[in-house]
Amino acid sequence: MPPLPVPAAVPLSYYLILSAVLFALGVAGFLFRRSLITVFMSIELMLNAVNLTFVAFSYQHKQVDGHLFTFFVMVVAAAEAAVGLAIILTVYKNRGTLAVDEIDSLKL
Amino acid sequence: MDAILFFLFAAIAVVSAINVVVQRHPISSALSLVGVMGSLAVLYLLLGAEFIAAAQMIVYAGAIMVLFVFVIMLLNTGAEQSSRKGKVLTIVAMPLLVIFLGVVSYIIQRGFPDSPLVKFGEFTGGGPKDVGMALFTRYLLPFEVTSVLILIAIIGAVVLARKEME
Repeated sequence: MPPLPVPAAVPLSYYLILSAVLFALGVAGFLFRRSLITVFMSIELMLNAVNLTFVAFSYQHKQVDGHLFTFFVMVVAAAEAAVGLAIILTVYKNRGTLAVDEIDSLKL
Repeated sequence: MDAILFFLFAAIAVVSAINVVVQRHPISSALSLVGVMGSLAVLYLLLGAEFIAAAQMIVYAGAIMVLFVFVIMLLNTGAEQSSRKGKVLTIVAMPLLVIFLGVVSYIIQRGFPDSPLVKFGEFTGGGPKDVGMALFTRYLLPFEVTSVLILIAIIGAVVLARKEME
């Protein structure tokens, strides 16, 4: 049996498509999940997908700028995680649930 | 070799991401998310982003996910109950997501018909030295602004999480 023809390298567009797939999965988690923490993790997944796009374009242009954007996204994600998890703790303390369809005080 | 590494870790990333979405228990989702972030770090290395790969492991897989796991274990909410949000959302959103994915893939294929092959070691401008040089010259102002952002985040987290004074 001949070995499978494996290409030596993949084109950059594969990285972009992978990042689109990860982003779509993040959106799916954001829409379909009910737990506040899982929704929050889906947002992190989307941020990671965007980071991969930045680094891939940075490779294409042979410039370091995309890496810096990724760096700043990481900083913002860390700050967001700290504040968001504090909000989640407070919500759970006050309402005793994390289901997003039961936290609807702002609904008319 | 590059292609094998790409396909291996892309597959791990996609499978872990699917696992994040379908798992019922938040702790399983969190551990799958660590898998996504680890395989993305390998892909960053393949793209020549050494510093970002290290930062991904330390900041994302290390710090942020530990925070998530901490909160999940602290709250101990258990598995998610089945959704009452109805089937309408699933019926409407699922085809829209598939269409989104198809359109994006089409645009990428049309927009980059001859995108360059990714060869490990071809782009070496992503080490700590290069990132640091750019960060402290051209991007000095955004860098300083992030310190203010982090300060605000610290104060916000402390204010939100402190005990209520009666």
